[in-house]
Amino acid sequence: MVSVYRQEDHAFEVDREALIQGLREALAADNLLIDDESMRPFECDGLSAYRQMPLVVALPSSIEEVQAVLRLCSRLRVPVVARGAGTSLSAGALPHPQGVLLSLSRFNQILSIDDRRRLAKVQPGVRNLAISEAAAPYGLYYAPDPSSQITCSIGGNVAENAGGVHCLKYGLTVHNVLSVTMVTMEGELVTLGSEALDSPGYDLMAAITGSEGMLGVIVDVTVKLLPQPPAREVLLAGFADVETAGNAVAGIIAAGIIPGGLEMMDNPAIRAAEDFVHAGYPVDAAAILICELDGNPVELQDQLDKLCALLERLGSNDIRVAKTPEEQASFWAGRKAAFPAVGRISPDYYCIDGTIPRKRLAEVLRRMQELSEEYGQRVVNVFHAGDGNLHPLVLYDGNVPGEFDRTEELGGKILELCVEVGGTVTGEHGVGMEKINQMCVQFPEAEITQFHALKAAFDPQGLLNPGKAIPTLSRCAEFGAMHVHGGQLPHPDIPRF
Amino acid sequence: MAGNSHTLTFPGSSMSGQDISRELAARVSEACQSGTAIAIRGSGSKDFYGRSVSVGETLAIDGHSGIVNYEPTELVLTARAGTPLAELDEALAGEGQQMPFDPPRFGGGGTLGGAIATGLSGPGRPWTGSARDMVLGLRLINGRGEHMRFGGEVMKNVAGYDVSRLMAGALGTLGVLTEVSLKVLPRPEAELGLRLEIPALDGFSQVDAWFRQGQPITGAAHDGRHLHLRLSGARSTLQAAGQTIGGEHVPEVGAWWAALRDQELPFFDGTAGPLWRISVPPLTDGSGFEGPLLQDWNGQQLWLHGARDAAALRQRASSLGGHAVCFRGGDREGEVFHPLAAPLQAFHHRLKQAFDPGGILNPGRLFADL
Repeated sequence: MVSVYRQEDHAFEVDREALIQGLREALAADNLLIDDESMRPFECDGLSAYRQMPLVVALPSSIEEVQAVLRLCSRLRVPVVARGAGTSLSAGALPHPQGVLLSLSRFNQILSIDDRRRLAKVQPGVRNLAISEAAAPYGLYYAPDPSSQITCSIGGNVAENAGGVHCLKYGLTVHNVLSVTMVTMEGELVTLGSEALDSPGYDLMAAITGSEGMLGVIVDVTVKLLPQPPAREVLLAGFADVETAGNAVAGIIAAGIIPGGLEMMDNPAIRAAEDFVHAGYPVDAAAILICELDGNPVELQDQLDKLCALLERLGSNDIRVAKTPEEQASFWAGRKAAFPAVGRISPDYYCIDGTIPRKRLAEVLRRMQELSEEYGQRVVNVFHAGDGNLHPLVLYDGNVPGEFDRTEELGGKILELCVEVGGTVTGEHGVGMEKINQMCVQFPEAEITQFHALKAAFDPQGLLNPGKAIPTLSRCAEFGAMHVHGGQLPHPDIPRF
Repeated sequence: MAGNSHTLTFPGSSMSGQDISRELAARVSEACQSGTAIAIRGSGSKDFYGRSVSVGETLAIDGHSGIVNYEPTELVLTARAGTPLAELDEALAGEGQQMPFDPPRFGGGGTLGGAIATGLSGPGRPWTGSARDMVLGLRLINGRGEHMRFGGEVMKNVAGYDVSRLMAGALGTLGVLTEVSLKVLPRPEAELGLRLEIPALDGFSQVDAWFRQGQPITGAAHDGRHLHLRLSGARSTLQAAGQTIGGEHVPEVGAWWAALRDQELPFFDGTAGPLWRISVPPLTDGSGFEGPLLQDWNGQQLWLHGARDAAALRQRASSLGGHAVCFRGGDREGEVFHPLAAPLQAFHHRLKQAFDPGGILNPGRLFADL
């Protein structure tokens, strides 16, 4: 267990009895949990190394109840942490020790599928994949597809600006959500965005998407639906070294091809996946690319021919085009099962989420290997190659004393490497509690201060998800005193040894 | 002042530029201290847009120009805010790429900063995305004169709030944009222009049906009589699409769509009174708006001419789930943008306060009290 909140994050004065009494009035009897045993399942999210019991758990089942809870917490100055399906990989839904854990799991209804306008209005607890399933009879789907799409909820997707394997062509959550209804910390109901393509004034949908539950609580979401592509081709290309594979990605894009999906796996990831799902991957390849093309059938055939010729020229020694939908699914199965596959070869693994400019891939992989050796922890790589989003998985055993701490430190170093080469500490998993120290590396003080000011515009009392996403300056002062900003150490004139 | 400037030559082209961001930040900082309002100006091609404000001093951005980084294989272009759109077009065309949101180049002008600050997008917007969609990161000077960087040059980046996209369409009221990184995309091999005689709403439904079949639609506008279509893609695809869709082939397809984008079609000649823009949800019946009417974005962006009862027009747009902007002409002292609901208004005032506490950046350009 990791103690992660700082003193300044839990300096609230909360009267638990008064809170519980207020919540009993605000919520139906079944919608409040106060004993440890029933609250236990909420003590962590998808990043289970971080655990914290909340003061109470509220499970509202109507918008009015959400409003009543927030009004109460606003009046009593009690922190609130909103939670969807609890699949966050950054401890974004980690409870606050002095706060209410507000679960939106009962908001699980698809409110409408508008076939004609290609829109769906859903409650925040609806699972990502459930939207596409409901839209499928109309030949439509919801594009962003994070790996956790079977379980993760759309409210959480909006909070994290979730991505997936089709982002390069179809965008992130922010490109596919039109409108949300949100309850402010004061309990007021507001609608942001609209069903039109723009709204007057500031683009508040941009502010709220990816805001990690810091600005408001979302109670419904309107998303765009896309037509299922009329045709699809999936191919797999093996490479004898990682650098050639990385260059091939650049070559594909330089040729004007924007694949629907373009994924890379390194040799350890290939082997783990092959052992697990028997996808037929070439286990001797140093790296494979999985490339999906979709769209108009006429254009697709031309593109496929072009792509195969190109990959051969770019150094692939093994190109396989899936011949049947089953084979297409099997090419994807290995990639989609990469995380659980790695789970089979190691007692625990830690998933990292940096993004880098793709041209720096070979260098980043080499330096990551050096770090891996330095820390004595193995690293396996899966990579959303099309958009530069790298997911190194650090293997460790949580039962061996010190391994988790070493892993976490190694993870931090990898993220700092991503920033150093011009990337970011998080591509799609969010900062949450996990990467909050690395935010101090990515952003100087002025930007951090500006982020806090933006937060205060929505939540002046600072009650929504305190201690997450944006570090306090005192945290940064402690953590980041000697860190590099944009390739330059602070006070470069001071000698360092 | 020029001591902080240096000339940058972009490799592989004759383009050059100048970094005057320190001077710009110093100017904003001084204005903040003296409480002087600043009117931010690029090439001036969109001077007409927003409310007319005559206070304070002009901060010219056009001297802060030049491409800083362009990586065709990363699909990223970063340039200073004063860089002319024409210069970006030229650099991108050289690599077979383009800005997918295709911003208006009114009178052939426009800068990158202005394109993002106004957030306007061209005719392809429903299919190829908007200005804000393509923003990956930017640098801005806030109302205190602090020069900051948000987002970056990578496709996926969720570190911190998405301040970059929040700037799109904020009309410079939250910050002076100094540099923008955009996602760029390959330019399609060819374009096909078609014209069909079909009522507007039927036409728009049909366009969506073709899109669902995989036809590469990138433009659909109705002029009251004809549905104009643009398709973009490989020649083989376009030939097949033309046969499926039918209608009359239009030569010079690029010129017509550029004229629509830049408001140079005869419809837009300024003699008919103020120009209104109505934004509505997909497949809305726009026939209730009295003409002259030109419907772009497959019926989601409506252009209307003539003196109107602003309140009635806005009420009608609201009732359809959209909003109305007095785009050009008319009363520019009053509100030109659609009034906000009370809670949204509060967010706007508090955001303005967060970025520009002295209220010196383009005050009143977006809303009178902002």
